[in-house]
Amino acid sequence: MAYVSKKEEESGLSSYYNNKTTIIQEARVFNDSPISPRKCRALLTRIVYLLYIGETFSSQEATTLFFGTTKLFQHKDSALRQMVYLAIKELAPTAEGVIMVTGSIMKDMQPNSEVIYRPNAIRALCRIIDPSMAQGVERFIKAAIVDRTPSISSAALVSSYHLFPQAKDIVKRWVNEAQEAVNAKSSPSLFGGSSGGYLNFGSSSSSNSGYQPIPSTSYITQYHALGLLYLIRQQDRMAVTKMIQQLGGGKSGAGTTLKNSMALCMLIRYAAKVMEEDPNIQKQILDLLDGWLRHKSDMVNFEAARAICEMKHVTATQLTKPIAVLQLFLSSPKPVLKFAATRTLAALALTHPAGVAACNVDLENLIADPNRSVATYAITTLLKTGNEASVDRLMKQITGFMSEISDEFKVIVVDAIRSLCLKFPSKHVSMLAFLSGVLRDEGGYEFKRAVVEAMFDMIKYIADCKEQALSHLCEFIEDCEFTKLSVRVLHLLGVEGPRAPQPTKYIRYIYNRVVLENAAVRAAAVSSLAKFGVNSIDAGLRRSVGVLLSRCLDDVDDEVRDRAAMYVRIVKEKPLAVAYVKEDSVFSLAALESKLVAYVNDAAAATQPFDSSAIPKISRAQLAAEASRPSTLDTIAVPTRTNASPPPPTAAETQSTYAQQLTEVTELADYGPVLNSSAKLVQLTEAETEYQVTCVKHIFKEHVVFQFNVSNTLPDTVLEQVSVIMQPQTESGLTEDFILPVPTLTVSTSPSIVYVSLTRDSPEEYVTASFQCILKFISKELDPSTGEPEDEGYEDEYQLEEVDLTAGGDYIIPSYSTFSSEWDRLRSGATATETFSLTAMESIKAACDSIIEILNMEPLGGTEMPSSASVHTLQLSGLVTGGGGKVLVRCRMTFSKGQGVALELGVRAEQENACALVVSAISG
Amino acid sequence: MGLTFSSLLNSFASLVRWSKDKDVRILMLGLDSAGKTTILYRLQIGEVVSTIPTIGFNVETVEYKNIKFQVWDLGGQSSIRPYWRCYFPNTSAIIYVIDSSDHSRLGTSRSELLTMLSEDELSGVPLLVFCNKQDADGALKPEEISEQLGLAGAETARQWSVHGCCATKGEGLEEGLDWLVNAIQNK
Repeated sequence: MAYVSKKEEESGLSSYYNNKTTIIQEARVFNDSPISPRKCRALLTRIVYLLYIGETFSSQEATTLFFGTTKLFQHKDSALRQMVYLAIKELAPTAEGVIMVTGSIMKDMQPNSEVIYRPNAIRALCRIIDPSMAQGVERFIKAAIVDRTPSISSAALVSSYHLFPQAKDIVKRWVNEAQEAVNAKSSPSLFGGSSGGYLNFGSSSSSNSGYQPIPSTSYITQYHALGLLYLIRQQDRMAVTKMIQQLGGGKSGAGTTLKNSMALCMLIRYAAKVMEEDPNIQKQILDLLDGWLRHKSDMVNFEAARAICEMKHVTATQLTKPIAVLQLFLSSPKPVLKFAATRTLAALALTHPAGVAACNVDLENLIADPNRSVATYAITTLLKTGNEASVDRLMKQITGFMSEISDEFKVIVVDAIRSLCLKFPSKHVSMLAFLSGVLRDEGGYEFKRAVVEAMFDMIKYIADCKEQALSHLCEFIEDCEFTKLSVRVLHLLGVEGPRAPQPTKYIRYIYNRVVLENAAVRAAAVSSLAKFGVNSIDAGLRRSVGVLLSRCLDDVDDEVRDRAAMYVRIVKEKPLAVAYVKEDSVFSLAALESKLVAYVNDAAAATQPFDSSAIPKISRAQLAAEASRPSTLDTIAVPTRTNASPPPPTAAETQSTYAQQLTEVTELADYGPVLNSSAKLVQLTEAETEYQVTCVKHIFKEHVVFQFNVSNTLPDTVLEQVSVIMQPQTESGLTEDFILPVPTLTVSTSPSIVYVSLTRDSPEEYVTASFQCILKFISKELDPSTGEPEDEGYEDEYQLEEVDLTAGGDYIIPSYSTFSSEWDRLRSGATATETFSLTAMESIKAACDSIIEILNMEPLGGTEMPSSASVHTLQLSGLVTGGGGKVLVRCRMTFSKGQGVALELGVRAEQENACALVVSAISG
Repeated sequence: MGLTFSSLLNSFASLVRWSKDKDVRILMLGLDSAGKTTILYRLQIGEVVSTIPTIGFNVETVEYKNIKFQVWDLGGQSSIRPYWRCYFPNTSAIIYVIDSSDHSRLGTSRSELLTMLSEDELSGVPLLVFCNKQDADGALKPEEISEQLGLAGAETARQWSVHGCCATKGEGLEEGLDWLVNAIQNK
C-alpha cells in the first residue's frame, strides 16, 4: 500500500484510478451478464495502459485477467473485440492457458468474417501459438498475406516475421506470398489523403456490419513484406543481391515497384550491407544508390546519401553527390533533417574533411541553432574541416553552451578538441584552457574520462604543454570522485613527473592522495611515489621519497602496505630497481594468459611452480602498439556504425585456439600441454586446386603432432576416410604413432582436421626433418537428385608439398630482451661461434631478412634495418620451447660484391642443445 | 389459494426476468470428439457443420422457445480440460456430452464429470447429460450409461437427467432442452 500512496503523490487521483489492485477487483465486469461493452472496453484500456507504462502482473493475476478477457468473445461489438485482442496480445507472455483463445482467433481470421478485427486477430494469433501449431495455421496466414486489404496483409506479414525465429522452416515456405505482397501493384486508393491511413480503426467503429477496407496510400505492406523476405533470405547473399536488383528498379531507380519510402530505406540498408560483404557488386549498387539520391522522398535521399558516406574506401568523387544532398538538408526547416545531415557529416569529416568542407558555410549558420544537438554536431564538424584561424572563434562558441548539452554530446565535443590539438599544436594554449575549464564542470565518468584522455594525448604528443597539463591533472585529482581516473592520473604522474624540471612539486599532490583517498588510489599513489624514488636524479629527493614510503608501511590496507614495503627495499637496492621499475620489457599478455589457463587446468602441473621463463616477452613499445586505443589520433567517438571486422587474432590468440582444439581430441589427451604451435599456416596445395590443405605443427614434450586442415571444394563429391601419409626424407628420429582420419568430408564440413602424431625418440633433442606428404581418400559422387553419396567410390591420392620441421617457428619463438646485459650474463652459459660464407646473398638486408625468417627470433634495437651496406651486426633474441631457455644471437656480417655475405654467427644460450639447434638451423 | 397464486406469479416473474434482460449461461462440456461443437451449431443454425477439434472454446447465443441461451462449448482435449474451471462462475446449467459408442473412455468421462460436479461454484446447478451418437453401432442406451455414471443417489442437491440423442440427425436434442428449461425455471 505504501507503493500506492507513493504513486498517488506523484500523479494524483488518476494513478489511484489506474492501479493494479483496483483493476483486478473491477475485472468482475467481465463476468456480468449481460456484458456492458462500454465498461469492459474501458477496463481493458486501463489494463493495457498499465502494461504499457511498465506495470507487471504476476502470472496468476495475468491468468485471471486473461480468462476474464476471453469471456468477452461472447459479445459481437467490434470495438470491444479489437480491445480484447490488444489486451490478449499484452497478457499473452505472462498468462497461462493462452491456448484457450486459439479457436476463437481462428474463427475471426476466416476470410468470410468480413469484420474490422481480422487483422487484430492475426496479430494476436502469433503471440499465442507455439511452433508446433504453426503448420496448422499455415493456410490462413498464406491467404492473409496476399489479401488485398493492406491491413490484413500487413498483419499477416508482421506475424510471420515474429513467428520466424520459432518456426523457420514453415515460415520459409511463405516466401512466394511475401514476394507477391511486395509487388502488389496498386491497392484501391480512392482518397489522396496522407500516409498511414491503414491504422484508422477508430473511424468505422460505429458501423459493425458494412466493414469497408480502408484504402491505403502508404503502401506500408511493402515495408512489412520486404522485412519478411529479407529475414527469410538473409543467410543467402546471392538471393538478397537478386532481390535488391529486382526491387531496385534498374539504373535510375525509376522502375521500382516499391512505393513506400520506408521499404526503400530498408532496401538501401540491405544494399549497403551486401555491398560491404561483396565488393564485386559495388559498382551496380552504387548506381542504384545514385538513383535514390534523386528520389522524391527526403527519407530515401538521406538513407542513400548515408549509405554512400559510410561505404568503405569511398572516393572523393563518389562523395560529391551525397554531400550535395546532405548540404541541401542543412538549410531545411525540419530539425530532423538538419540533425541527420549534421550527424552524418560529422562522422564523414573524420575521414574526408576536404569533401565536407564544401558545406562549411551552411554549417556556420547552424552553430547557433536552437537545437543544441544540431549545433554540437555542426561545431564539431567545423572543428574538423575548418582552418586554424577559425578555431578560436569556434571554441568560444562552444564554451558558451557546454553547460546546456548532455554528457553524451560533451564527449563528442571533447573528442573533437582532442584531435584538433594534435592537428594544430600551436593552438594548445587555448585548448588546454578549455579542457581544464570543463574538467572543473559537473559531469559523469564518461565525460571526465574523455577530458583526461585528451589531456594525456596532449602530454604525449605536445611537449610544450606537458608541464601545464600535468599541473591541471594534479588539481583534478585533488577533488576527483572517480577512482579509475585518479589511478590513471597517478600512474601518468609517476611516468612523467621524475623527468619534469621540478619533480618535487608533484610529490605533494601524490602524497596527499596517500593521506586522503581510498585503498585503490593509495596503492597507485605509492607506486607513483616509488617511481620518483627510483628515477629521480636528485639524491635528496630520493631520500625524501624513501621517508614518505616508509610512512605508508602502517597503512590499513594490505595492498598498499605490500607495495610500500616492496618499494622501500627497491629504492635502496639498485639491481632490484632495474629489474622491477626500469625494466622495459613485459610478458606478452595473451601468451601469459593462455599458459596460465593451461597451468590451472592441468592438475598434474600444480605440484610445480608456474614457469614464467617460457613466456615470450615484448617491449613496452610493442605493448603500447598492441593495446593502442582505436580512439587516439584521428578516430573519434562519433556514433558511427562500426561494422569493422575484429582485428586479426594475434599469434598468441591463435595459439590458445589451437590448444583448445587439441584438448578436444581424446587421443592426444595424455600428451600434456602444447609447448608450441607453429605461428604460420603452411599451404601444402596451390590456391585453386580441388582439395586444399594447410598444415600446423604442434610440439609436445614427447610428441610432434601435425594438424592438416583439409578442404574439399567440389560440391558434388564426398571424400571418405581422408588421411595424410607422411614419409620422412631421411632418418628423422621421429616414429609415427597414428593418423586420425576424417571419416567424411563435404563442402559444408570443410575444412576438417586430420591429425598425424609422431613420437620424438629422444625428447631432449630438437630434431629437424622434412616429410613427403600424400593426401589419401575415397572419392564418392553425390547423387544430384537425393544428395546421398553413391555406394561405390574409388580410392585416390593427391601429392602435397613437403612439410618441414625446422628450428625457427617450431622450436624457437621470438621474445624481447635487453640485448647487451643479457649477452653479458650468458657469457658463462652455452656459447658457439661459427663463420659462414653466404655467397648467394645479394645484400646485407637480404641476409638479415632470411636469418630472421629461418630462426624466427626477435630482432632488437632496430638492427633488422642495416645502416651500412658493407658491415652490420644483427642482434636477435628468442626462447626455445619446452624449457630450452633463452637464446641470443649476434650476427656480424660483412658484404663485398662477388663474394656475397660473410657471416660470423655468435650464439649464447642457457642450454647447450639450444645453442646447437641455432647453429644447425643456419648451417642446414 | 393466495400461496398458489404468489408462487405462480413468482415463477412467471422469474421467467420474464431472465428471458428479457439476462442471458442464460450454459456450459457444454465433455471429452474430445463427443460432439459438443456439432450439437452447438445444430442448436444454433439447425445444420450439421463440419468441425475441427476445438482448441479453446466456441460461444454462441442459441434461442430456444423464446429464451436466449448463451452456450459455451469448451474444447474437450486433455490439454484444455484444466481450464474448464475458469468458466464455472455464473453458470445456470451444464450440458455434459458423452460419446455413447466410446466404451473404453466412459470411465474417463465419468471421472471428469464427477470432478467437475464437486466444484463449489457449480453446486446446485442443473445437469443435463446427452448420450450422443445413439445411431452408431454398439452405442450404449441412455439407461445403461446412467447406470454406469451412478448419479442416482449421489447427486441429491441438484436436478439432473440423462438423455439419448443424435446430433447429426437432430434427434433427442429438443427433449433434452425441454427438460433443461424446466429445470432452470424450477430452480
